[in-house]
Amino acid sequence: MSEDEQGGLVSGAPTVAERLALAQRAGGVLGSLLTAAVAFFVGGLVVLASGANPLSTYRAIFDGSGLNWLFPWVTGDDRSFAAANLQQTLLLTTSLLLCGLAVAFAFRSGLFNIGGQGQYLVGSIIALWVGASFETMDGPLHIVLAIAAAALAGALYAGVAGLLKATVGAHEVITTIMLNWVAVWVGSWLFGHGGALQSHANGGSIPVSDPVSPHAHLPVFWGSPVLQGLDVGLFVALAGLLVYAVVLNRTTLGFEVRAVGFNPEAARYAGMSVARTYVITMAIAGTFAGLAGAVDVLGWEFQIGVNDVQTSQIGFIAIAVAVLGRNRALGVLASALLFGALLTGTSTRNLDPTVFRADLAANLTLIIQGLVVLFVGADVLVLWLWNRRRRLRAAVT
Amino acid sequence: MNVSARAVASGGIGLGALAFWVALPPVESSAAVWPALAGGLAVACGVWAARRGERRPAWGAIAAGVLGASLGLLATHAARGNLSAAVVWSALLAAMLVNATPLTYAALGGLYSERSGVVNIGLEGMMLTGAFFGIWGADVTGSWELGLLIAVATGGLLALGYAFFAIHLRTDQIISGTAVNFLALGITGYLFVDVYGTNGTPSLRASQRIPDVTISTSSNFFAQAFGQLNLLVWLSVAILALTYVVVFRTPLGLRIRAVGEHPSAADAVGISVVKTRYAAVTLSGMLAAVGGAYLSIGFVHSFNENMTEGRGFIALAALIFGKWRPAGAFGAALLFGFSSALAQRLGTIPHWSSYAVLFQTLPYVLTLVAVAGVIGRSIPPAAAGRPYAKQ
Repeated sequence: MSEDEQGGLVSGAPTVAERLALAQRAGGVLGSLLTAAVAFFVGGLVVLASGANPLSTYRAIFDGSGLNWLFPWVTGDDRSFAAANLQQTLLLTTSLLLCGLAVAFAFRSGLFNIGGQGQYLVGSIIALWVGASFETMDGPLHIVLAIAAAALAGALYAGVAGLLKATVGAHEVITTIMLNWVAVWVGSWLFGHGGALQSHANGGSIPVSDPVSPHAHLPVFWGSPVLQGLDVGLFVALAGLLVYAVVLNRTTLGFEVRAVGFNPEAARYAGMSVARTYVITMAIAGTFAGLAGAVDVLGWEFQIGVNDVQTSQIGFIAIAVAVLGRNRALGVLASALLFGALLTGTSTRNLDPTVFRADLAANLTLIIQGLVVLFVGADVLVLWLWNRRRRLRAAVT
Repeated sequence: MNVSARAVASGGIGLGALAFWVALPPVESSAAVWPALAGGLAVACGVWAARRGERRPAWGAIAAGVLGASLGLLATHAARGNLSAAVVWSALLAAMLVNATPLTYAALGGLYSERSGVVNIGLEGMMLTGAFFGIWGADVTGSWELGLLIAVATGGLLALGYAFFAIHLRTDQIISGTAVNFLALGITGYLFVDVYGTNGTPSLRASQRIPDVTISTSSNFFAQAFGQLNLLVWLSVAILALTYVVVFRTPLGLRIRAVGEHPSAADAVGISVVKTRYAAVTLSGMLAAVGGAYLSIGFVHSFNENMTEGRGFIALAALIFGKWRPAGAFGAALLFGFSSALAQRLGTIPHWSSYAVLFQTLPYVLTLVAVAGVIGRSIPPAAAGRPYAKQ
């Protein structure tokens, strides 16, 4: 960075790299778009290498995600298929958005919350437990209680990592990774054979929980309630997004979070309690992830099995969501939609198998996700190549 | 005085182990008094040593005592017939080594990387890469040696790519490491489906499997435990010793550690921070890949998507729990390997099977305890995670 700025002073006119760096500081939209473009391009090469047509594959993924519903010329049966697919995409967007906020909020105070997955699991386990108990409780109250309990559980779980960071300086990456796996195995025990929350139906032979009682289901506002239509969880996520933006940009707490993120030492000299900020930041992050678990369980999952606990990836994909969205509210929303669409569009149910195999496409999603996270420093890559080029030119002349 | 306190604490740890051991075959004490007595003595030793300032081993003795006594008491309460069928010590020891081996390779790999100042979250992905390319190589070339070589090469290549981002581009090491994990999962999954389809990997011939080393097939305890183990199990012990010597007894090791503790000072005396870190990170990928290849062509003899299932993270935990030291990391890998072996064994006993799963949390809980500083604090190399820019 500094080398480049010096170079700019000498040569006068702004270089491409400097203009890019300026654009980064101006909001980072360009960098994110570039990152996504490079990732999808490389993904296309992978598709090409295995003998399929990248363009028609991406087209099929796009159609599978239901985003073609937005086109007015899609009519009739196609339109109702597209609507059902888009509902799926938006269901995933909901939990990706909330988990993405969990990662992004921690990032803003300089903490890497890799534990979104664990907090999400704890949230969903608690929401399920509350949702499947208290049969006689009033519907709306039951829903509110389940969501609140899940949010609190997520906050406490992430708070452990925040507290360890604040008190003994344990690195949050290590503690949140460990907490992830503790959640996975405790969940596997709870819903596994003989576990505390395993269903007794079918003589207790299936490693799955009891279902959430029907009156604790979140209302579906688009599509069929029996076919996983879109539930009001989406609005919970959008409200979460609003809270995220307001807290970060319009409150003292948000200012402290960002100040600690910029420079903890300076924040300490300014009289802020860095330790307190770490704990609160992690707790808020965990609240978002816990909410994600709750809206998934109460909105469309209704039941969790050992398999769900062990294969769920939402909290990890959320890292890519937050990173690509540059931890900004609208950025996180856009990339949650992107990854929600990508996951839905590549699922076995939605991708046209004559164009591309879904089991391959699911891995393609992972590759794209990895490239996005890797190339988020794409601006760094461009700057590096730029410097290289100039140095070579200087060597020649 | 300190020396004797330390010895008492070590004795306490031994007594804690004894508390569990007496309840198991071949001793099989059915009276609850023996494990309780041994455990109590262990705790007493710990308390005594703690009062004389040897806090770290003292806490170890207390923990060992409590753990040993409770496990021992549980064991004496469990049905006798089931227990002797399930907890056969020699098989348990062998299973411990089998489970610990992939962890050992990856943890030692991580040790090189982190000692040189580059955090390697991507161990999991590098292991997975080794697992896939190991079996792919063995399948294509028909020999396990070449398979292992291909695994090592691809693991090293992936690590080299990571090193370029982490060292040259100075990206956030945690973020790039996370990307490595995603990429490895995607690439190996993609290739696996593309190459082997729904049939899965073909069954391996003897020449494609990493062979076992048969020392003895007789039925005594040691022969049962150590008589027939995979070649790579023994190799891991050799690499452990080699790592200790390299890192702590050679100039190269001093350079690696200097670069990880104080890169600018190392730079000032003429050590190339960039080169040292590149070498260390690449080596870490190669070692992690050996661990992965052991899983696919040494142990399971097949490959599945995401077959490492978080072992790279357990290896990371072992490294931290072992305080970034070879012997410590190996000890932690053995402990974690033992806990999985025990979980597998207990899973076969009716009343224990549901709780056996909880044993899987042990590595993670212990690591949390270790970083929290309850039993002696784990402190990483000073410059771990910080990119270095030459002044």
